[in-house]
Amino acid sequence: MQKIRWLCRFLFAFLANARIFVSSKYPIYRGTFKGICFPGLNCYSCPLATTACPIGALQNFLANLRVNFQIARYQLGLYVIGTLSLFGAIGGRFVCGWICPFGLIQGLIYRIPCPFRRWGLPRISRVMPFLVLFIMVFLLPILIVDSAGYGITWFCKYICPAGTLEAGIPLLSMEPMLRSNISWLFYNKLIILFIVLIGSWIVSRPFCRLLCPLGAIYGIFNKVSLFELQFDKGLCVKCGACANICPTGINFYEGVDDVNSVACIRCLKCMSVCPVGAIKFNIVSSSVNSSSNFILKNCS
Amino acid sequence: MKSIKKRWFSIALICFSIMLIIAGLYMGEWKAVWQKATTICLSCIGIG
Repeated sequence: MQKIRWLCRFLFAFLANARIFVSSKYPIYRGTFKGICFPGLNCYSCPLATTACPIGALQNFLANLRVNFQIARYQLGLYVIGTLSLFGAIGGRFVCGWICPFGLIQGLIYRIPCPFRRWGLPRISRVMPFLVLFIMVFLLPILIVDSAGYGITWFCKYICPAGTLEAGIPLLSMEPMLRSNISWLFYNKLIILFIVLIGSWIVSRPFCRLLCPLGAIYGIFNKVSLFELQFDKGLCVKCGACANICPTGINFYEGVDDVNSVACIRCLKCMSVCPVGAIKFNIVSSSVNSSSNFILKNCS
Repeated sequence: MKSIKKRWFSIALICFSIMLIIAGLYMGEWKAVWQKATTICLSCIGIG
């Protein structure tokens, strides 16, 4: 299962950055596919990117909302919201575990052995991506606008390490004209990228767990998605293997978290490691046929 | 019963999402996304 997941992640990272086969004089790809929102975090200004970043596109709609309404162009970003909602409604945060290229980068770094892996992240930190989503993606682009009515894409401008890594560094290396405009903004983003990359070596997926607004959106759907994780308490032998291997530190076998917690990235590592098969990833089922129900029925 | 309701809610959510996408496409949002994505985003690369 995990081999398929790695293969799937590489495949989607390749598909999102397959411009290698398209020759053009323009630094970034400008073909038809660029209008399609990729479900994971992949900067559309990356020289190799073939699709659009949903968070960048969504912020752009919100930043232009006032001006669009003034000229009677009622574009609310429904196309982007619908795309994210579709993926979320099907599998919740499975995009984070199976598709996202920036998740893949963090996963690859975490595979490098590290002697400092003693600390996890506190549960309260799970609020952070929601704050980033609400403040940086929704609130600030709508509320803070210039004299013409245009807002700015706050998350892209001040935080997004994917933009710095995939677009900033390659484009600034390739284009001397762009290089002449480097200011503190770029160095600020470079520092954030450096912290995220070093953090990915020490803690599993720090960006996804602390800053990613896309993960926060998909996380909202975890409890209502068509496919969900199902945990059979009756079968569980309390070995703790699921909690130990979980990249986002979820502990559902002791009842601390819900099996479909907003933090779950649906990587299915817990399912792969469970010695008794107590965890399953299924379509929401109408016929629950678990051993726990069997025990409950027979005891009553 | 709860599972049946949940399944139908998920299916309704998928249908609603598809409707949102269609509404967005009808409003010309695909072109707006394309225009943004085919221009170098100075904010994204950290110089604007």
